[in-house]
Amino acid sequence: MVPLSYYLVLSGILFACGVTGFLIKRNIITIFMSIELMLNGVNLSFVAFAAHWHILAGQVFVFFVMVVAAAEAAVGLAIIIAVYRSRETLNVDQVNLLKL
Amino acid sequence: MMPTLNLWLIPILPLAGAAINGLFGKKASRTAVTIVALVFSGSSFLWAVTSVLRYLPSEEPYQEYLAHWIRAGSFYADFAFYLDHLSVVMVLVVTGVGFLIHIYSVGYMAEDPSYYRFFSYLNLFMFFMLTLVLANNYLLMFIGWEGVGLASYLLIGFWFTKDSAAAAGKKAFIVNRIGDFGFLIGLFLMIQHFGSLNFSPVFDQVRPLATETSGAGLLTAIGILLMVGACGKSAQIPLYVWLPDAMEGPTPVSALIHAATMVTAGVYMVSRSHPIFERAPQALTVVAVIGTLTALFAATIGITQTDIKKVLAYSTISQLGYMFMACGVGAFSAGIFHLMTHAFFKGLLFLGAGSVIHAVGGEQDMRKMGGLKSYIPWTTLTMGVATLAIAGIPPLAGFWSKDEILWKAYQTSWIYWLIGLITAFITSFYMFRLLFMTFAGEYRGAQVDDHGKLHAADGPDGHAHGEPHESPAVMLGPLMILALLSLFGGFVGYGNRFEHFLAPVFSSGDAAEAASRGTELLLMGLSVLVALGGAILAYVLYVSKPYLPQKIADGLGDFYAAVLNKYYIDEIYAAVFIKPLVDGSTRVLWQGVDRRVIDDTVNHAADGVRHVSDEVRQMQSGNLRSYAGWIAAGAAVVIAYMIWRGVAR
Repeated sequence: MVPLSYYLVLSGILFACGVTGFLIKRNIITIFMSIELMLNGVNLSFVAFAAHWHILAGQVFVFFVMVVAAAEAAVGLAIIIAVYRSRETLNVDQVNLLKL
Repeated sequence: MMPTLNLWLIPILPLAGAAINGLFGKKASRTAVTIVALVFSGSSFLWAVTSVLRYLPSEEPYQEYLAHWIRAGSFYADFAFYLDHLSVVMVLVVTGVGFLIHIYSVGYMAEDPSYYRFFSYLNLFMFFMLTLVLANNYLLMFIGWEGVGLASYLLIGFWFTKDSAAAAGKKAFIVNRIGDFGFLIGLFLMIQHFGSLNFSPVFDQVRPLATETSGAGLLTAIGILLMVGACGKSAQIPLYVWLPDAMEGPTPVSALIHAATMVTAGVYMVSRSHPIFERAPQALTVVAVIGTLTALFAATIGITQTDIKKVLAYSTISQLGYMFMACGVGAFSAGIFHLMTHAFFKGLLFLGAGSVIHAVGGEQDMRKMGGLKSYIPWTTLTMGVATLAIAGIPPLAGFWSKDEILWKAYQTSWIYWLIGLITAFITSFYMFRLLFMTFAGEYRGAQVDDHGKLHAADGPDGHAHGEPHESPAVMLGPLMILALLSLFGGFVGYGNRFEHFLAPVFSSGDAAEAASRGTELLLMGLSVLVALGGAILAYVLYVSKPYLPQKIADGLGDFYAAVLNKYYIDEIYAAVFIKPLVDGSTRVLWQGVDRRVIDDTVNHAADGVRHVSDEVRQMQSGNLRSYAGWIAAGAAVVIAYMIWRGVAR
């Protein structure tokens, strides 16, 4: 059986990748993907703990997170499309004004 | 028990006049302002007369409680009024002479652009002065005391666009602060030891105390401190310097505040505190010596002045010195008597001087007057009466009161008497000098130029002048009334009646008849001779041989220069007190403490904050991703800390 620590290290690496991508990328879609990566890094640690301790609550949590992430993706992608339509760019450094 | 007299109406009426004129006078017509000013001051006078008539049969002081003011433990001071024979005299003098001067001002100030402001201030002054004389405790008296100082400041600086007037107002105010400081400490001592500032409780506690003959004690200290206050307000040595400068104010102000009423407040205060002074012989000596010296000192300066109002100012200081001399020898009623007659003749002299200044278009230098008697006969006549009165020619008012003072002074010490007599001679001399220089001889004034204006027209009424002309009836009326009072006012003192009138207050008198009646008559004759001598000398020097004064002045050399320059007292004060204060304030307080310590502390603190902020504000760039970075870094720090804690445990 794979030990718990392996999962956690993978989870941490995923999360760190997400954070790094969030901080250094300029394209909104990439940033969005980085956020999803962080969420999934956390999800992985949830299920790893749930399996290790035999507690289902962790898996239930993951479902919630996935639902929220799906909702977020729907809203976020809609916003991204709206932003692109109005500004014709997806570079966040150029999208620093709330009002045109 | 007396029926209530509603004394509070006496001061409140002028206050109402001041408020109405001050608030609404700017838009109102001059007639309306005049009516308000005269009605309120006049009704105050009428009410004062009514109250006095209803009060007078009584011998006991009448007290009236109006509202409570300060209650702190057992200490209390109320808005309450006090009427006895002493305040009767003061109230009548203040309201009566004050009302006359209000009438006079209607003519004198007729063309001033700030007409309403003048009457508002004048009424305000009346309010504070009446509060001062009617108060039943020292604290309320102090309110009036400070209030008249304020009114005096406002009125001296009435033409505040003139630098000298503004400076004179400030000088009067600041010099008075020094006196008030002494007064206040005296009051603190009273609170400390008697637990009260109300006249009756304080004096009830003072009366059983022994006279401090062997050594100076509490009462001496209080007395001297009160005298310091009186020196400031009543322009005595060493605090007299503000009064001559105060002549920058309009002439009716000089008459009302700086001759007839406010400057006598010190005499009133000392007389009011007579139970304290009577038990403190050293304090009385201080009062007498200050008064005597001031009388002589100011009179000698008066000889050399050429500004008509300055002569009268020094004369006022000198006469106030007489009053303090009287108080100092324990003859309070004589001092108050002289206060009253002085209010008549000095008020008249100032109003007459105002009429002269009015006549010659604002000129105040007597060397540019002369020969005015044919132009302004009524002013000449009234001024003549006042001069005779102040010189002490019987049977005019000044003779009775001055002689009374000299007689009492003689009974205490012949030195006081002798200096008083010399002063009487000088007084007579400089007053007749004023009279002759102004009214006798040829008119030496500025000639009318092409535009029909005199050159020196920066005075109160800068309107076009042709020849000197007589003042309007509204100004001559008060002059006549005051002239009558100066003529006959002295008879209230005939046969010691004035002293008997004040006997319920001062309750002395029995020791007064120690010397023989013959001596009294002899001294009386001497002082009359001296007065006549001064008049004749003035006549010789300024009418029959007008070349002589210059010769004498040259002969005296430096001494004359010293007197002409008022003994350089202003310069000495400037060198001894003002310059060190200014230098110390500039170098130590301003450039040392204020700049180095206070400013630098604040500036360095601000600089430090700014440097730190400059660094820290880099965090707040407005860039969301850098914020996210900070959050991530913060989270990393928190996690690192928790791991460290976990390892440590």
